[in-house]
Amino acid sequence: MVLEKDLKNVSKDFPILKQEVNGKPLVYLDNGASSQKPQVVIDAITKYYTEINANIHRGVHTLSQKATDAYEASRKKLQVHFNAKHDFEILFTKGTTDGINLVASGFTTLLSKGDEIIVSHLEHHSNIVPWQMLCERTGAVLKVIPMNNKGELLMDEYDKLLSDKTKLVAVNHVSNALGTINPIKYIIDKAHEYDAVILIDGAQATPHIKPDVQALNCDFYVCSAHKMCGPTGVGILYGKEEWLNIMPPYQGGGEMIKEVTFEETTYACLPHKFEAGTPNIAGGIVFGVAIDYMNAVGFEYIQQQEDELLAYANQELKKIQGLKLIGTAQEKVSVISFNIEGCHPYDIGTIVDKLGVAVRTGHHCTQPIMQFFDIPGTIRASFMFYNTKEDVDVLVSAVKKAKMMLL
Amino acid sequence: MTINEIQSELVDEFSMFDDWMERYEYMIELGKSLPIIDSQYKKEENLIKGCQSKVWLYAELNNNKIVYTADSDAIITKGIVSILIRTFTNQSPSEILAANTNFIDEIGLKEHLSPTRANGLVSMIKQIKLYAVAFQTKVS
Repeated sequence: MVLEKDLKNVSKDFPILKQEVNGKPLVYLDNGASSQKPQVVIDAITKYYTEINANIHRGVHTLSQKATDAYEASRKKLQVHFNAKHDFEILFTKGTTDGINLVASGFTTLLSKGDEIIVSHLEHHSNIVPWQMLCERTGAVLKVIPMNNKGELLMDEYDKLLSDKTKLVAVNHVSNALGTINPIKYIIDKAHEYDAVILIDGAQATPHIKPDVQALNCDFYVCSAHKMCGPTGVGILYGKEEWLNIMPPYQGGGEMIKEVTFEETTYACLPHKFEAGTPNIAGGIVFGVAIDYMNAVGFEYIQQQEDELLAYANQELKKIQGLKLIGTAQEKVSVISFNIEGCHPYDIGTIVDKLGVAVRTGHHCTQPIMQFFDIPGTIRASFMFYNTKEDVDVLVSAVKKAKMMLL
Repeated sequence: MTINEIQSELVDEFSMFDDWMERYEYMIELGKSLPIIDSQYKKEENLIKGCQSKVWLYAELNNNKIVYTADSDAIITKGIVSILIRTFTNQSPSEILAANTNFIDEIGLKEHLSPTRANGLVSMIKQIKLYAVAFQTKVS
């Protein structure tokens, strides 16, 4: 599965990394936005369309059966990876945002005026806006867990926000803008003390951490394949069986029905109740291949390699005069946000791109965090296990060069 | 000078540079010479919101010609605005509306023209032209 025997050379599994951009070897440090794909994942997409493409759960013919088996086998793999109790608790979605919207939609009839939903100051817009829209529909009120200037959530403030009015808590496992790992076990247990439902946005955690949804005891957990070496346009929503049974269907259509008459329609059982229409079959199947690949690399190795990269990048970037790290939480994944005094992040990003380095600049879809720090945005370098210390060196020298040009 | 003449002048200036770095350094220089918007006009309604950097643009009619002033919080964006303003300022609304912006491609800044590009260059050009539409009716 992992083609490179020596994990130190694992980047060779990723053909896209071999290219040059703007005449320089590509150094890809925008993994937080989307990870790159190993050859096995790329091959699996071709293999699907070359050998078994057919619609699933419908046809009696052989190809349809093969495609259905592969799709359901992938669901099973994801169940095992996340340690869900049942495979039908894993719903395929378009991605994290889609999963959050599904739950927010499902709670429309379950909330009423004056109920409270808690999110945190560290959320991506995708874990704010669907809840604001739910509040508009139901008259519920949005509350926000504040953070300190290191980018850590304040748990004593969270405790104060919780009450019998709290019906739903939605926080990210890891902050996309700052890399903070949030104390989700504490957040989940506390929410349950008040019988509140808890959703964890795992988009930025799952590329680095293997979560155990039963041990965490969260009600919902969402993530996207494309940040985990998998294809775009597919993700999963893990939901506890009891909640998936309580929530009404999200969308109506084929596949999610048991029986349709013009008078009445009854819905299919889980997971099909929430999977209307022909899904992203190739995406679902190949997500399983990506999960296999990441497990073959091993999350122990992934964390060790990324911790080393984070420490090295921290150490080297700090040597640049006028560089300010944004987000210095104790617990972090391999994401570094920073600014250079006197320079706009956009200018730095534009110049380092010319030097072959792909970083993200801007507000990272987390405008409340930028408002907190009173900055227009940051430069964010986000590392995956296939990045190297040499990549960090190229980043550091590119930032120095950009600074020289701009100041 | 006509818009076309100014554009050829810019193309000539940029053709002197061998690589992107010199081009960007020149752009940063141009950014510093941008006719800065008067602070009273640097407000929300004159803000062109790109995803990443802010641009304020203001225009006045002076002897039937439009005079543009602007500012941005990012220096490369300032350079781009400055190139646009040098091209379009002190021209009549009809000339501005008739002009194309193909020269952006010729001076090697085409990448900034993509509609997804976060600096909002496309929005800037649109706003420059919108001012021209607005002032066209006032030209005697």
